[in-house]
Amino acid sequence: MSHPSAIRIFLKTIAARAYPRFVAAYRNRAWLVTETLLPLIGTIAMIYVYRALHAPLRYLGFVVLGGVLLAFWQNVIWAMATQFFWDRGAGNLELFAMAPTSLTAILLGMALGGAYVSLTRAVTILLVASLLFGVGYSLSGLLSALGVFVLTISALYCLGMLLASLFLFYQREAWQLADAMQEPIYFLSGFYFPLRSLGALVGGAGSVIPLALGLDAIRQLVLPGTPQFIPLAWEVLAIVAQIAGYALLSQISLRYLERRAREDARLILRST
Amino acid sequence: MDIAVETKALRRVYRSRSQEVVALDGVDLHVRRGERFGVLGPNGAGKTTLIKILVTLLLPSSGEAFVDGLDVVRQFRELRHRIAMVSGGENVGFGMLKVKEQLWMFSQFYGMPSKPARGRIGELLERLGLSEAADRRVSALSSGMRQKMNLIRGLITNPRILFLDEPTVALDVGAARDVRDEVRRWMAEDPGRTVILTTHYMMEADELCDRVAIVNRGRIVAQGTPAELKQQVQQNAIVDLQLSPGSRLLDALRGVQGVAAASVSEQDGIDRFSLQLSNDAALGGVMRIVDGSGRQIRGVQKREPTLEDAFVKLVGRGMAEEEQA
Repeated sequence: MSHPSAIRIFLKTIAARAYPRFVAAYRNRAWLVTETLLPLIGTIAMIYVYRALHAPLRYLGFVVLGGVLLAFWQNVIWAMATQFFWDRGAGNLELFAMAPTSLTAILLGMALGGAYVSLTRAVTILLVASLLFGVGYSLSGLLSALGVFVLTISALYCLGMLLASLFLFYQREAWQLADAMQEPIYFLSGFYFPLRSLGALVGGAGSVIPLALGLDAIRQLVLPGTPQFIPLAWEVLAIVAQIAGYALLSQISLRYLERRAREDARLILRST
Repeated sequence: MDIAVETKALRRVYRSRSQEVVALDGVDLHVRRGERFGVLGPNGAGKTTLIKILVTLLLPSSGEAFVDGLDVVRQFRELRHRIAMVSGGENVGFGMLKVKEQLWMFSQFYGMPSKPARGRIGELLERLGLSEAADRRVSALSSGMRQKMNLIRGLITNPRILFLDEPTVALDVGAARDVRDEVRRWMAEDPGRTVILTTHYMMEADELCDRVAIVNRGRIVAQGTPAELKQQVQQNAIVDLQLSPGSRLLDALRGVQGVAAASVSEQDGIDRFSLQLSNDAALGGVMRIVDGSGRQIRGVQKREPTLEDAFVKLVGRGMAEEEQA
């Protein structure tokens, strides 16, 4: 019996699972307020804190870039990693799991669909906050910063897949943990201040999250004078290693925990 | 004999910290290719657990299961190309999508090329009378329309074996009939197709299934054609007794000599007792119990045995039996 190839199913699944997210963004525009205006206000509030302290202009840049990457972190956690928890409740997880596709493709589709909203949010924060408060960036480092950004986002989504496998198995407990860890992760990633401020030990621990090193590297490239946590080249190497490491771990974890979920009846809504 | 589904000593235990529930306990099942096979049982009998194992969503605790010749544990990836499942009361998908978009999305998880998928979706929407709803949002569908859409989702990918888990639950008579008609039509298109159906509705199983298995407390208590199962109660006289509501009566009626089985269901405020009498003399004993209960007799009727009567005899209670009656 011949079937479509695995790669064909993989790619079609990504497109199909991204589709509802695109459609939702188009048909329900409420996200323009919740996903752009409200986060923008949050970023601006933090900028006012630095302005009140008469901090150098580049500190405002730290906040703006932190706000930009925060959008992607939230997409990874709430629109991708935790999504299996909600999908199970709706009965979607059963249908995803029993289709001849992979959960990785489902997750990538979710990420791709959600990235549209995140990108809009990130660009809005970058442009509006930068123009409003006169934050300037070094143009010479812009292209490299863009490269680091792509690497960081890739590592972030690989981490997201790893977390999604945990949500697949631990479900409500994982959701509660993610909720509880939100503020500590914002803190450890240095969203609103240079990573170096945390010191070697705490900053090093925070570096497990790709955002921490990625954000630090981007700041070093476009905001001259940023206190360096570790040299730029090391940061880039570490992010590349995170891509490989998290991608591998996520695949192992997804396979293992999907099997455990079949053993423990965690893919289905129980009723005998 | 070409077997579509086979299970051998299939057992499934759900374990939690405080308890252990045996949902399936040594189930042996053979379903022939081309059959419409029904799995009947009361709530908690193990029907859904059986289906979820066969569609690869759940691992058995022990035993073996083969679907289309493939082991559900070891060859589940290949098997997933060949099967589909539709459950009653499904609320799956995404409410903001249009019906045709949602169906397209699910077809893509099987790698179907978009153009043939859209063609097949259009054809099935037409067949189930949903063409006009193709551009309607999923969230705006009635439960009957939604269930027809779910059935189409199961059919788009042309599975060899279709699993239907209570597909007409909570549907009105017309929608349920449409679903059953489509299942028949789909089966008639290709003799190699097989349907495994779980249902609460005896009439549905009687009307739709070539063979049925009755499951109770995780075990198969009987298997055969509806006619064969009905044959088991053929020697009994079946009497329906309609009584006004009142005190518990079922246990007392079951205790009357000559009452082989009894069940009760409530309809429009009237308790309808179905009694299987092994001899006519038992009716006198029944009437004495009814007189003593103070309940009023609203009707008495002798009738031909149904699958429900066979079920009551085998399981010991009716499908929708309310113990308080």
